[in-house]
Amino acid sequence: MPVGDLLPEIVILVGAVIVVLFTAFAPQQRQDWAAGLTLVILGVASVLSLMQWQQAPGLTFSGVWALDAPAIVAKLLILLSGMVVVLLSPDWMHSDRRHGEYYALCLFTLLGVIMMASASDTMELVLGVLLSSASSYPLVAFHRAWPPALEAGMKYFLVGALTNALLTIGVVVLFGLVGDTDYQHMAEALGESGDGAPLALSIATACIVVGLSFKLAAFPAHVWMPDVAQAAPAPVAALLTVAPKVGAAVALARFVSLLPASQIWPAIVALIAVVTMTLGNLAALRQTDVRRLLGWSSVSQSGYTLMAVVVVGIAPQALRALLAFLVAYALANLAAFSVVTHLRGRTELDDYRGLACRQPLAAIVLIVAMLSLVGIPPLAGFFGKFLLFEVTIDAGYPWLAVVAAINTLVSLYYYLRVVAVMIFKTSQGETHVLGLWSRLAMLISIMLLVVASLGVEGGLAVMQSIRFAD
Amino acid sequence: MILSTALALPLLGAIALVGTPHISALQARRVAAGFASLSLLALVVAWMGFDPAGSLFQHVDEVNWVPSLGMAYRVGVDGIALVVATMSALLFVAAILYPFDAGDQPRQYYAWLLFLQTMSLGVFLALDLLLFYVFFDLTLVGMFFLIGRWGHGEAQTAALKFFLYTFAGSLLLLLGIIGLYLSLDTPTFDMRVLIEQQPLAGTGLYAGLIFLGLMLGLAIKTPLVPLHTWLPPAHVDAPGPASAILAGVLLKMGTYGMIRLPFAMMHVTFAHYALPIAIIALVAILYGALVALGQKNLKRRIAYTSINHMGYTVLGIAVAAALVSDNQAARQLALTGATVEMVAHGLITGALFLISGSFWQRTGEYDLDHYGGLAHQAPLLTGFTVLAAFASLGMPGLAGFVAEFQVFTGTFAVYPWLAVLGIIGILITAALFLDMLRRLFFGRLPSHLGEFPELGRAEWGVLAVLALGIVVIGVSPRFLLTLIEASSSVLVGGR
Repeated sequence: MPVGDLLPEIVILVGAVIVVLFTAFAPQQRQDWAAGLTLVILGVASVLSLMQWQQAPGLTFSGVWALDAPAIVAKLLILLSGMVVVLLSPDWMHSDRRHGEYYALCLFTLLGVIMMASASDTMELVLGVLLSSASSYPLVAFHRAWPPALEAGMKYFLVGALTNALLTIGVVVLFGLVGDTDYQHMAEALGESGDGAPLALSIATACIVVGLSFKLAAFPAHVWMPDVAQAAPAPVAALLTVAPKVGAAVALARFVSLLPASQIWPAIVALIAVVTMTLGNLAALRQTDVRRLLGWSSVSQSGYTLMAVVVVGIAPQALRALLAFLVAYALANLAAFSVVTHLRGRTELDDYRGLACRQPLAAIVLIVAMLSLVGIPPLAGFFGKFLLFEVTIDAGYPWLAVVAAINTLVSLYYYLRVVAVMIFKTSQGETHVLGLWSRLAMLISIMLLVVASLGVEGGLAVMQSIRFAD
Repeated sequence: MILSTALALPLLGAIALVGTPHISALQARRVAAGFASLSLLALVVAWMGFDPAGSLFQHVDEVNWVPSLGMAYRVGVDGIALVVATMSALLFVAAILYPFDAGDQPRQYYAWLLFLQTMSLGVFLALDLLLFYVFFDLTLVGMFFLIGRWGHGEAQTAALKFFLYTFAGSLLLLLGIIGLYLSLDTPTFDMRVLIEQQPLAGTGLYAGLIFLGLMLGLAIKTPLVPLHTWLPPAHVDAPGPASAILAGVLLKMGTYGMIRLPFAMMHVTFAHYALPIAIIALVAILYGALVALGQKNLKRRIAYTSINHMGYTVLGIAVAAALVSDNQAARQLALTGATVEMVAHGLITGALFLISGSFWQRTGEYDLDHYGGLAHQAPLLTGFTVLAAFASLGMPGLAGFVAEFQVFTGTFAVYPWLAVLGIIGILITAALFLDMLRRLFFGRLPSHLGEFPELGRAEWGVLAVLALGIVVIGVSPRFLLTLIEASSSVLVGGR
């Protein structure tokens, strides 16, 4: 068994166990140390993943585990967002006396998401989805004495349970159809039999797409996202708006590229994309709660993400566009949530009045992050959206690009509302912020965004001929 | 390098202002004016070094930025870009020097103005389609903050409306740009390649859609009737100097973009649709003039004359693009006229908006009925306003006449009926400006204006420079025309 191929994942798994053991025995005032430990683990895992880049892309463990460029890029992005989230957490969690296991749960969530991105086998996919779901339910409801957090956790859990069940049903039906869970064999079997049982295949596909839409926070399983963004601990909101989306987008792209053309999946995914982005943007329009607004914006961004999935079989550069957009989205969203966290999770729009005067740094970071989410050049978000528009127009879906452009315009309105409140309004009173760690995380996230914007060529050159292993 | 210097200087100034917390409003203005003037100086040097007999694009700088997308930092100018950019830089210096009370944040105000200067010049100097778009979008960001933060009245609503409306245009433009880009065999954003290859040389549906996207995006910015509704509120609520920039510089991006993108890169398609566009321009001319005539608000009235004047420019461009008759001289004349109109309108309307800013600073009132009989009280103010108004209505010997004469002569050769109808626009413009002058300066002085102060030294100094420009272009436009004709002959004749 080529155990070495799984080194980053093994490090995370073993690390998570060590964190659990550490917190079980560490005294209360040392619980914070778990954060440092987690950072080290994530750092080591990132380095090990980087080293995998050298290897030839391919499959390992008898073809169930992909070790190709998309998986590694997704893995690095997931680990990076994990690190930012962990940096944000110690200050936030400080008042909770026994919170060491929080970090272990973060690690398990990240591990599950990484499995989703790398899975080249439906069983593996189910495992990844379940692991990341099961370990993130308690994270959302971590403030167990606070009713809104419990409500968000409950919503997240119920939607999750339903869609995870659907996903499993889809996988089982698919197994019944092709007699294998392995993607390669599945592709061969589907290619040979053609339209042996189109209805059953459609049902299986629909179930799996719905299952993954939960992790993507895309229609129809998006309803948990605004609540989680609003009521979960702010660092957890940062984690759950970013990491599962990256994993699920790559997993979905990997899965749909196996399907035969008769399944008209591009049309279905395009429809989901349109509904998701429109719904997210319209719902965000009238929000007076910044965290909820960011949650809905995250839903709409899932819609844009799906644009690349629509054309993944047609446009050669679709994967590059998908990953570039995910990187830009992840960095901008992390920066936005790090500001929210740094401001002690303040959530009412009115609390942001005059922030530019009182906390100029936080205001600038939030403004830059939001402008990147809209796609104002030359920020990374612009290049992400540009690539999406390019591949969709190139692949013959110009209408999708037009819909996305209209949605971008709508989204500008609600982002600008927040910006206007911060800059144009004035208010007296003090603004309380968290400590040094959250400030550091905020600075790091905005630096990452700026570096990604300036160094966009580096990223694109690396991903020039990116493709799934087959 | 000279163009990159002109681009970098204002941005450096903005950074310097942000980085020095403890300076007074006056110092901030001086620093900003210094950087803006140096940028203007760099453009003047570029003008001196421009060879009208040389290649179309000169002073080219090129640095790789995102080669995997075919995008690079490419700047360079032809005659049209150079004159419009130089006029813009001059207007920025004027807007910065013009006295304005920026409240408790003068540093930020001047920093945003300088930021806007770099981005605006970038639009005119860019030779890369995507770089053009980057600058085009960033001007919106700069203007949004200037209007929202330092405007008056419903400033935030106006700023939001301005940003949303013109961003809609930007997105259409972006889709058009991507369409152009994808139509090349080896996709690149290099404008020179696009102009040379004319990738969409046809009138098919695809070319038509791309053309529509580009033109709609640029028409919103220009603005052409019926896409003009963002303009009046933005102007009325913006601070005076920002209004001058908005009318003088930002509107030019629409018409300049029409020359640079659809006109130069898709001339066959443009020729196909030239008549409808000329008719829309005629509607803008007449509608803008008529609505302006009905305004009681000083700033709204000037704002609507902008719509009217940009209509002349678009008419000139459409005539230049038409291939109905093979009248090359007339078409070239129209394009030259359109460009002169851009420069003239920038100087004239810039001056008018600065003047209306002076009115606001003195009384906080734009209503024309509020004023009267100021000719005796403020002779300098009267003099400059009369000069600018006469130039705007096309009085011979002033800049506006040179432009409108060429546009209409060209139009007469190609679409005679449109020229005849367009002349009515000039007539209405004359009426509305004379009416405005009468209500502001003549008649009896109302008692509440007894203390109305005359222009300060800084104010009339700035206005004198702009007025000088207006007169010089009106009397001896040769220095301007040489440069513009160098490019318009290539663009029209090189077909």
